Formats: sequence, C-alpha cells, structure tokens
Amino acid sequence: MRLVIPLAITFVAGMIMILQFFVPATQSVGESLQEWYMIVASAAIFLGAINLLNVHVHKIRFKAPNWKYSPVTIAGFSVMIITGIFFGIEPGKPFDYMFTQMMVPMGATMFSLLAFFVASAAFRAFRASNWRATLLLLSAFIVMLGRVPIGGMISPKIPLISEWIMQVPNLAGQRAVMIGAAMGMVATSLRMIFGIERSYLGGAD
Amino acid sequence: MNWTVIGIWLGALLSLSLYSFLYKDNPFYKFAEHLFVGMSAGYWVIYNIKNVLIPNWWNNLVPAEGGMQPIWLIPGALAFFMLLRIVPKLSSLSRMSLSLIVGTGAGLSMTAMLQTNALAQVNGTIIALGQGGGLLSWISNIIIVTGVVCGLVYFFFSKAHTGVVGGAANVGITVLMVAFGASFGYTVMARISLLIGQTQFLLFEWLPTMGINL
Repeated sequence: MRLVIPLAITFVAGMIMILQFFVPATQSVGESLQEWYMIVASAAIFLGAINLLNVHVHKIRFKAPNWKYSPVTIAGFSVMIITGIFFGIEPGKPFDYMFTQMMVPMGATMFSLLAFFVASAAFRAFRASNWRATLLLLSAFIVMLGRVPIGGMISPKIPLISEWIMQVPNLAGQRAVMIGAAMGMVATSLRMIFGIERSYLGGAD
Repeated sequence: MNWTVIGIWLGALLSLSLYSFLYKDNPFYKFAEHLFVGMSAGYWVIYNIKNVLIPNWWNNLVPAEGGMQPIWLIPGALAFFMLLRIVPKLSSLSRMSLSLIVGTGAGLSMTAMLQTNALAQVNGTIIALGQGGGLLSWISNIIIVTGVVCGLVYFFFSKAHTGVVGGAANVGITVLMVAFGASFGYTVMARISLLIGQTQFLLFEWLPTMGINL
C-alpha cells in the first residue's frame, strides 16, 4: 500500500492533466488540480527554509567550520520574514526596501562575478584543437564581438554576422536540442505516469 | 534620515564585499554570501505565502463571501504532509504529496513540451526555402532545415552513426558546435552587461554620495 497509493495519485493526476488538454469537460478539474499542485509544491519552499535553518543551527551548536557566519544567514532570514509578515510586501515597505536595496544588487553582483569565472574557464578549456573546436571558438568570439561597440567599429559587418549566427546556425542547433529534449521529456513523463519510473519515491518497494 | 542614500551604501558595500572574492575568499565575501542566502530564503518564503498560499489556498478555503470549502483542506493536508519529511517516522506520508507534484508536473509538461518545444519548433522549421527573398535567405533557410534534421540525427542513437547516418550526424555536430559557441558568447555577454550595470551603479550612484562626480 505504501507504494500503490502514491503511484495511483501520480497516475490519476497525470491523466487528468493530459485529458484536460483533449477533453474540454475536464478542464475545470485540471485547473483546480493545477492550483493544488502550486499549493503542495509551495510546501517544498518551507521545507527548504526549515532545512536551511536546521543546517545553520547545527553549525552553530557544533562550532563547525565557518560557523561564525551562520548567525548572519539566520538574521537575514528572520529579518525578511518579520518585515514581510508585520509590514507587508508593498512598494515602500521595509521588505521591499531590503529587496531592492540589498538583494537586487547582491544578485546582480553574484551573476556578474560569473563573467570572470566563465571567461577564465573558457580561456583554459577552449583550444582550437580541431576544426570543430575552432568553429565553436570563432562563433563565440564573433557573437561576443558583435554585441559590443568595438565590434561595429572594427567592421560594420561584425554585428550583422553575429546576428546571422544567432538567427541561423544557432537557431538550427537550439531547435534540434529542444525537439530532442521534448521527446525525452514526453518519454520520461509517460514513464512516471504509468509507474515505470519510481525513483522519485525514494526506492520504495 | 535619507533612506535612499543608506540603501545605495548598503547595496554598494555588499557588492564590493562580493567582488572581493575575485582577490580570494575572505570574511567580507563570506558575510555577504551568507546574508544573501538567508535573505533570499526569507524572501521566497514570504513571496510564497503572499502570492501562492493566500490567493490559491486560503481564499479558496475561506472565500470572502463566507462559508468554508472543505475540499481545499486536501491540498492543505498534502502540503502539510510534505513538511513531514523532516519527521523520520512520518516521512513516508510525504510520498503522497510528491506523487501529486510529479503526476501533475509530468502531465502538464508532457503536453506543454510537445506543443511548444516539439510541434511548434517543427512547424517553424517547415519553411519555404525562398522565404524572405535573396540568395542569403535561401542559404539561411537551407542551413536551418539541414541543421535541425542533422542535429536530430546526431541525437538518434538507435542506429550506428555510419554511412549516410554518420554523414548527417557529422553535419549535426558541426551545427551544434556553432550553436554552443554562439550560446556561450551570448551568455558571457549577458554576464558582462550585469557587470557593466553594477560598475555604473558604483561609479555613478555610490561615488556621488561621497561628493565624487565622474
């Protein structure tokens, strides 16, 4: 029973979502199920938050390496929760202030840091070892050059070539990947709905 | 107290702390990193309560017009079961919640992916070769059609890549290499544009608060 009930839920939920696409009469059930899905999936965020707090409390208690920074995480978490609950999340409130003045710059900085690491990784990994690797290198170089003013200054054709690479060979490659991934997704979804793929149940038998 | 200036200083100091990682791992970076993680978790919890749970669950369970809809206790119970994952003795109950998520997600993504990522892309590839006019359009359209077909052949592993299939797969790899290169270049430039944005913030918003105008 420990396996039958979860598998039955997966099957029924999956079939309703597929049926609602083809049978208009089942659309309202499908829409309700989508709301249920959002509600249940949202619990995963709480689970993540509880786990995060757990990890940091554990680090403080056992004085694990870098435990001195754990109170910072807990404080940051608590401040956002308290301000969000007691003052609301509307623009101009403390919650929104901390989001725009602290989280947004930190998020942008974190992602911009990746520019350095991606560039250094590329420098080490990209080698024109064969003609296909050279093609990859050239394509990346032209696209990068075409997106900065200096590219257009070197030759007005560089931005045009960059755009053509994005619109033609890149489009073809991305489409092939997307179609292949969609086929894989369909196969995996069917395996899950029909109970062939059960790894998400944690190896239950 | 000028909250705008305080906000600029907070953003600037935290950004500089994070950039300090470019030199090496240090306490300033660790402080900002831990703060970012904690604040992000808190932000998503509140966002979830206000934008998912209240409108989708609470407002349906206890509608504004009065009364209670007991059917909405079921998703509430399933959400609660999900949290029981942290209680080892009751963690098996979370399987029911997981099953609902997996089943609905699989059903939803199957139809959606088939429609948008497979059929729409195939539809977009079936183009008249002369569409757009001019020699370049002809060449471009031939490259798109050939590239998609050969790229798919490359991903087809049920037949050995020899003979005609091997030739097509080789063309597919070539197109994929150009596509990966282009995607890489595009991603790097997106990161660079964020870097430029943050540099502009530091130079043209933060420095003027100290009377330094560039």
